[in-house]
Amino acid sequence: MATAEQQTSSQAGAGSGDRSWHSIVLQTLKRNEISLIPYVPDRVLTPLIKNLHADPFFTTFATAREEEAVGIVSGAWMGGRRGAVLMQTSGFATLANTLASLAVPYQIPLIMFVSERGTLGEFNYGQSLVCRTMRPVLDSLALEHHTITRLDELEFIADRSIKQAVTTQAPVALILNPLLTGGKTFDK
Amino acid sequence: MNARNTKVMNRFDVTSRLIAKLKHEEAVVGGIGNTNFDLWAAGHRPQNFYMLGSMGLAFPIALGVALAQPDRRVFALEGDGSLLMQLGALSTIAALKPKNLIMIVMDNGIYQITGAQPTPAAGVADLVAIALGSGLANSAWAVDEEDFERLVDAAMSVDEPSLIALRIDDKPGVGTTRRDPVQIRERFMHGLGVREPL
Repeated sequence: MATAEQQTSSQAGAGSGDRSWHSIVLQTLKRNEISLIPYVPDRVLTPLIKNLHADPFFTTFATAREEEAVGIVSGAWMGGRRGAVLMQTSGFATLANTLASLAVPYQIPLIMFVSERGTLGEFNYGQSLVCRTMRPVLDSLALEHHTITRLDELEFIADRSIKQAVTTQAPVALILNPLLTGGKTFDK
Repeated sequence: MNARNTKVMNRFDVTSRLIAKLKHEEAVVGGIGNTNFDLWAAGHRPQNFYMLGSMGLAFPIALGVALAQPDRRVFALEGDGSLLMQLGALSTIAALKPKNLIMIVMDNGIYQITGAQPTPAAGVADLVAIALGSGLANSAWAVDEEDFERLVDAAMSVDEPSLIALRIDDKPGVGTTRRDPVQIRERFMHGLGVREPL
């Protein structure tokens, strides 16, 4: 566990001039006035979650389930406050009903950041199988989604996708690939 | 459930009593099924949100509204079966302590809309004890209609989230919600002052 922690924290960075993936995500959220961030934890997202907690601009908190987080940001949107949900691939897999019966039919700009497990060196069979269900679910609901692999494309994709979600009142999934984040490796 | 000395009330009656108390454009989120139908039948208000699916999310949606609009009281009406699907939400709400959120649980021990099958909690689990154990200290069973009204009044004046549970009968909902999600959402946002109509 300690080694796995080291693996992610080595990419964490700290300063405000930092161009790490998680600092870009944080700044992009802030620029788009997205301040409510419920999440279900993921090892790779740890530095982002930690920095969101440390920044008073954001209301960041854990939920017991991803569906719950989607309900919360949907309610917040209707009340005039923007939010985004952080989760990992297996958490996305629990969302089909909520997407199809809340976010899509009510036309709610649900912004999801999904840390991608199950690919590029996955060691857990269950994770690799569940990952293969993600894009078919997104496609079957005609949901906009982008897989981000490059640091130099992250800001453009995240910023434009958030603006599109808000203006077209449609959900979007931004999938954070291990090529971007380093992923989780089998070394614990 | 019979061990509790609480009266079995009627959902439409208590929903109407609740709505009659709302004088400050309080938001009300209706869970799916009969909870929703009776909210509609009690008299449509632009501050009502009607769920058409996503069973179990009435409290999370209401929590989101409450976090977005901390100066407005937000009610959520949820059935016992729906709450069982998302018990973890109680801990999330307890941890966040929204001052303006009031949760109402209508407990008849059955999945009424799907043919009245008993829920797994019926006769074994106490939903108020679960709420208290989840960290929601201001949780109580309403003994009768008068007690329900008293609990609602109290919840509207405290600075912590409240949960009120009541035993209800198995009478079907009185109305039928119009099933137009976009219109429901737009009206709700107008009602909350987030948007102006075109």
